Amino acid sequence: MANPQLNRNGELTHLLTTEGLPRDILTHILDTAQTFVPLADRDVKKVPLLRGKSVFNLFFENSTRTRTTFEIAAQRLSADVFNLNINVSSAAKGESLLDTIANLSAMQADLFVVRHEASGAPHLIARHVAPHVHVVNAGDGRHAHPTQALLDMYTIRHFKKDFSNLTVAIVGDILHSRVARSDIHALTTLGVAEVRAVGPLTLLPGGLEQMGVRVFTDMQEGLKDVDVVIMLRLQNERMRGALLPSAHEYFKQYGLTRDKLAAARPDAIVMHPGPMNRGVEIDSAVADGPQAVILNQVTFGIAVRMAVMSIVASAG
Amino acid sequence: MKLHIKNGRLVDPAAGVDEQRDLYVAGGRIVAAGRAPDGFEANRTVDAAGLAVLPGLVDLAARLREPGFEYRATLETEMRAALAGGVTSLVLPPDTDPPLDEPGLVEMLKHRARQLNHAHLYPLGAMTVGLKGEVVTEMAELTEAGCVAFSQADVPVVDSTVLLRTMQYARTFGYALWLRPQDPWLSRGGVAASGPYASRLGLAGIPVQAETVALHTLFELQRSVGARIHLCRLSSAAGLELVRAARREGLPVTCDVSANHVHLTDVDIGYYDSNYRLEPPLRGQRDRDAIRAALADGTVDAICSDHTPVDDDGKMLPFGEAEPGATGLELLLSLTLKWAEEARLPLVQALQRVTAGPAAVLAAGAPAMPACGRLSVGSPADFCLVDLDARWRVGRDTLLSQSVHTPFDGMELPGRVRATVVGGRMVWEQDA
Repeated sequence: MANPQLNRNGELTHLLTTEGLPRDILTHILDTAQTFVPLADRDVKKVPLLRGKSVFNLFFENSTRTRTTFEIAAQRLSADVFNLNINVSSAAKGESLLDTIANLSAMQADLFVVRHEASGAPHLIARHVAPHVHVVNAGDGRHAHPTQALLDMYTIRHFKKDFSNLTVAIVGDILHSRVARSDIHALTTLGVAEVRAVGPLTLLPGGLEQMGVRVFTDMQEGLKDVDVVIMLRLQNERMRGALLPSAHEYFKQYGLTRDKLAAARPDAIVMHPGPMNRGVEIDSAVADGPQAVILNQVTFGIAVRMAVMSIVASAG
Repeated sequence: MKLHIKNGRLVDPAAGVDEQRDLYVAGGRIVAAGRAPDGFEANRTVDAAGLAVLPGLVDLAARLREPGFEYRATLETEMRAALAGGVTSLVLPPDTDPPLDEPGLVEMLKHRARQLNHAHLYPLGAMTVGLKGEVVTEMAELTEAGCVAFSQADVPVVDSTVLLRTMQYARTFGYALWLRPQDPWLSRGGVAASGPYASRLGLAGIPVQAETVALHTLFELQRSVGARIHLCRLSSAAGLELVRAARREGLPVTCDVSANHVHLTDVDIGYYDSNYRLEPPLRGQRDRDAIRAALADGTVDAICSDHTPVDDDGKMLPFGEAEPGATGLELLLSLTLKWAEEARLPLVQALQRVTAGPAAVLAAGAPAMPACGRLSVGSPADFCLVDLDARWRVGRDTLLSQSVHTPFDGMELPGRVRATVVGGRMVWEQDA
């Protein structure tokens, strides 16, 4: 089965998932992002790499933060950016996903940034666009959120320099998390020493071991001597079924407090993809504490998304 | 019309026959095999040299989408597809729109089929009104109208009391229930088999316990009621093990699997190929191997096509939103031959699972039904001539079904039907 993200020359033409991406492509994206980071401090923050290109932000699921960072990234690359909130337009009128794509393609779109509630939707779109059109996944269902994973990798590399000796714990609702899946694939490809998943059995999907992950249900054990803690957002609706009894009990067991963080290495960093639920998965003392690098993630996110868009757009 | 099929390789699993024998047909029935009856003068002689002569296939699950879903397929297109696939007897699940819960609907369907004069249709009546799982249907009336058994198709009966009562009512009259074992709660929202692959793709899973829990419930009720049950589309090694034990125990149970599940596993979904979105979901390699073993040892009585035409709009969607189902009537024979090839099984043994095997399932629940799936003297002359060595590529240009969506799209498969005879009439012919 050919990797649908790569073209015949092995170049990255779509970014759909971090799974199956060669290590040198991941590293190339991080290196490229590094050249964009200093732009933020300049008076003129733009580079002309995507001048004359049209980038369509297609958000079938609401998101302010991710959409905004993609928008800023595309504008800094000098692209023309169009934001479509599909929830309130075509989908509501019954237009199919592929019809929407065909119509926008007819408006000479060069790059689609797609967020969709169904796992695999960006794969479907990538299969049906013309060869010169590129697709970047901005989050699909529970499947993947590759730019979030890449900015996480960038942040880890920034603070820890090297991946090879690291132990990374991902804590919380792994079952429903596209961030967790993309982080796991990126971390194992980049060769960290150990990836851990920590959470109650109701929020851990089967088959994590096959992805190269060590599973912990006890927070203390799971955080012992780790270098990086990635906290996941817990959606409120998880409290309604039989997955969890209450936010209160979840916070007691799995919420990241200073006490629990003490089990990690003293120089451990704390990450969160945002938006945070303070007092549910993370205590404010930690979120605003010296080990948190959550705002750095947001800043790096723009450079990483610039890197991804410029790399896929340059694929032949 | 008198037919003489000469020089063919006669394969009749019901009789364990696989040798060159001529076949003689008169009055819609087989009148002799081997030597011509005295004074037999054929109206037509067909030279079947190089071809196998097989009983018409008996397919235990084929949705023809009438009434209600004619935009996806019609009786006419799908019955032609059946003949092109060598299928001469088809069992129709009741999940049409409206469902087959009234005698009038069943009569209309049978009438439409008779007008087309093709394969034999055997509708399953809805077990509960509107398939809602609440009120038992008029089973006796529906049987008179032509239903051969009763089913919920893929709609679960959530209330176990309704399940018990329906079994008791069916048992009263000796009717069989055809049920797909799947717990409605454990399978809720799932679109792929639970496991490492679904986890990777971020698809909501259906655990194997959805099948085993449902089987335990059915068997436990069956122990007290005694109704005959045919289990549709088993998907797991654990499920088949329970069926094996139930049969050893002597419960009146038969079962089938879909031809897709004989060959495919969840990993074949690849990058969200919605042609692989099936009900039940494809499971792991251990399950696929167990399905093959259970077919070989007779735990599974039949392979069915599970023919479910889905149009482009239903499939050009993200995997989880796509409609489940695949076209299958034209693939059933080829997929059975492919299995025989790969498992190195004698042809008679493999073909038994699409002829005499399913015919026996039908006969067990509806003894009054005419015989099918065999080529013995006196049987209805339903058979097909097959080039076993021909290979063909599955695709839009080779399929007659209104739906071309199948996981096997683009693949090359063995065996091509050259002619199909129903009731002694040549109803389908294709040149080599």
